[in-house]
Amino acid sequence: MILAASDIYVAQNVAFGIIAAMMILGALRVVTTNNVVHAALYLVLVLAGAAAQYLLLAAEFVAVTQVLVYVGAVMVLFLFGVMLTRAQIGGEADLNNKGWFLGIPVGLLLLGTLTYVLVDTFQDEKLATTSPLVVETGQSEATGGIGTISDAIFKPYLLPFWALSFVLLAAVVGAIVLARKD
Amino acid sequence: MLLNQFLLLGAILFCIGVYGVIARRNAVLVLMSIELILNSVNINLLAFALRDGRTAEQAAAGHTFALYIIAVAAAEVGVGLAMVLLIYRNRRSIALDELSTMKG
Repeated sequence: MILAASDIYVAQNVAFGIIAAMMILGALRVVTTNNVVHAALYLVLVLAGAAAQYLLLAAEFVAVTQVLVYVGAVMVLFLFGVMLTRAQIGGEADLNNKGWFLGIPVGLLLLGTLTYVLVDTFQDEKLATTSPLVVETGQSEATGGIGTISDAIFKPYLLPFWALSFVLLAAVVGAIVLARKD
Repeated sequence: MLLNQFLLLGAILFCIGVYGVIARRNAVLVLMSIELILNSVNINLLAFALRDGRTAEQAAAGHTFALYIIAVAAAEVGVGLAMVLLIYRNRRSIALDELSTMKG
């Protein structure tokens, strides 16, 4: 049922399958590896794979932002965090809680519920192959409708944008205040 | 492409992230698991932007909220790592199960 459309748009489906397998394996390694630096590097794999999935979903600008913000900035932040809190290099034994196995039934139960609901609701609904962002706006395919996205940010969604600016300002000030040595 | 393949990928990543938040003891690894969860939400948002975006404005709305989530996630990681750093400086350890000062 899930692969019902596998005969159409073969290239996209193959790309999706490869990237999705890479992301799932990377995510599993993030939560199971016993080396914090390795976990950060596997997280890069997942985040870059997510950017590739955004490209498949015709969201070029979000994909580029994902690479810039996550793979560029957030991962450097994580690696600095690892370096500043961990002196030792190599694997560690006590990265998991005492009751870590309780997470397995919780995760599997959640996954089972979500899978049932999603398959039951959307069945084999197909996605459009082109986005109205590219077709309607008349901008070239390479821009992916960035003009329309900026119109959306600065016209109807200006208030959340302002709120977000204050959140970022507060986060920057808070991070400096918390991390500075007195 | 089916809508469900993206939604199921998001669901799988979400559940792996939830497992990581429950199972991990190291605060930095818990923050990484939260990043997994936020990314799965973004995949869902963009899939629905492609599904329900009849006009360019509607599709752009989905992309806008995905961008806002990326910004909020960046702010969250910044503050979270600053807190982890402070905890490490005070206690020489970032094991979350040792932080029981506020337990009633």
